[in-house]
Amino acid sequence: MARREPLRALVLAGRFFRIGALNELQYRANFAMQLFQSAIALGTGLAVLALVFGQTTELNGWSQPELLIVMGVHILMGGVIATLIQPNMVRLMEDIRLGTLDFVLTKPDDAQVLVSVREIRIWQAVDWLVGAVVILFGVTQLPVSIGPGQAFAFGLAFVLGGLTIYCFWLILTVGAFWVVRMDQIVELFDGVYQSGRWPVTIYPGWLRVSLTFLVPIAFAVTVPAQALTGRLTPDTLALAAGFAVALLAFTRWWWRFGLRRYAGASA
Amino acid sequence: MTGRVAISSEAEPDRFLPRAGLIRGWLDLYLTMFRIAILNNIHYRVANYFYMIGMVAEPVIYLVVWSTIARQHGGQVGGFTAGQFAAYYIVWTLVRQMNIIFTPYGWEERIRQGGLSAMLLQPLFPIHRDIADLAGWKLVTIVLWLPIAAVLTLLFSPELSVRPIDVAVFAIAIWGAYLVRTMLYWMLGMVSFWTTRVGPIFQLVFAAELLLSGRLVPLSLMPEWAQRLADLLPFKWTFGFPIEALVGHLTEGALLRGLAMQLVWIVIGTIGVRIVWHFAIRHYSAVNG
Repeated sequence: MARREPLRALVLAGRFFRIGALNELQYRANFAMQLFQSAIALGTGLAVLALVFGQTTELNGWSQPELLIVMGVHILMGGVIATLIQPNMVRLMEDIRLGTLDFVLTKPDDAQVLVSVREIRIWQAVDWLVGAVVILFGVTQLPVSIGPGQAFAFGLAFVLGGLTIYCFWLILTVGAFWVVRMDQIVELFDGVYQSGRWPVTIYPGWLRVSLTFLVPIAFAVTVPAQALTGRLTPDTLALAAGFAVALLAFTRWWWRFGLRRYAGASA
Repeated sequence: MTGRVAISSEAEPDRFLPRAGLIRGWLDLYLTMFRIAILNNIHYRVANYFYMIGMVAEPVIYLVVWSTIARQHGGQVGGFTAGQFAAYYIVWTLVRQMNIIFTPYGWEERIRQGGLSAMLLQPLFPIHRDIADLAGWKLVTIVLWLPIAAVLTLLFSPELSVRPIDVAVFAIAIWGAYLVRTMLYWMLGMVSFWTTRVGPIFQLVFAAELLLSGRLVPLSLMPEWAQRLADLLPFKWTFGFPIEALVGHLTEGALLRGLAMQLVWIVIGTIGVRIVWHFAIRHYSAVNG
């Protein structure tokens, strides 16, 4: 099994995806609700941008279309988090607290993979679409056009960013093995995630460093946006890749370490 | 249990309190509920801290964006310097903490799981329980807020000069804001008696509040028409006014007018809550009561 692991993880994710999708398809009205909510969020975001650019023509060197791209990436990554990452982590927290993680640990497969792919919220994927549209619109407003190289760099940076956020969330969630009550974490994350709506370069030094390495908003949103606005240097992309790999390895170790604390059901 | 629960929610609560000591009775009731809430929340102080740190992210983001713009424009934008923005958004954190109310999303669970039934059995209009419970919690979080404010002050060096009257009005206005918001969101939350699809309605109101209350930016930075719209709505009395009472150098007239407007909205809200409750409670059929 060990050698087939990556492939097997994908197959598992696919199966869970189908079950989750079928489950959610029963509640079609939720799609309309999500559409409406995304529209309100988008409207608010645009109003904020309009307010800022009512007072100025650029924010720390970022023009209006460029900030629109940042906002699009933020919405898109937010959609990925809400669809794939957060639901799994919330369920994991719940399972640790209730002891029902037993049902995962007794399955003959890698537990970290299982807890990471069990849940999916397909309607939240509306934000993938909204984010993509905002990014595309922002790109067409840019004075220069985007080449395939930049598009590829964006894709790569986005995937790395997603992995980094996944690791960050799992590291936090594993904390539930020690601190049982973690319900505030979701709100804490959502609050901090809002900082990604703006390029992290506008924040003062201590905050920028925190938003890069402590809570990796910079790698999740700003770096992909830099790829589309001609700001991404190979060094930054390499750093993003190195950081993602190191974090994946640490997360793996941390998960196993935390698991030893787990006392089990009805304990 | 299905069917209408014909509990007389209208039963005047004071009928159950000793007539002679009506005020004492209310005072006792509130003090007891404060005490319970305080003890409960001291117990969960770590969770409370997490929560408050998450809350601070929002104003810090606004603050950074607007003070960046101010600095780009030779030190100020719309009459605000970076230091004044800092003062605005640091006071913001306390005002935000103060005007947290029972979330309208909570009504769905209250109704679905029958939590409301227990509240109806008490000889007390349920809003008092919510007001007292969260007010007690606020007394704890004000203490937790002090170090956060100190750190923010060190980091962002606000410009703040206040007169005693500003402080006095602020101290009243934050509780006024709490009551205005309580009434407003109680009314909104009760929509859950009619439909379970309340999310979009709430989001719309929250978005309107964000833009038209002074939560996002000081209202004076908004376009003229938006400011006029904000004058007609209750939102600015829950965010913008309390903050500006302390940092905005308002005239004494403006300060008192603000408090009067809060009172007007509290009265309107109280009447509104009573009316909506009157019709809403007829739709209540408790499950699992």
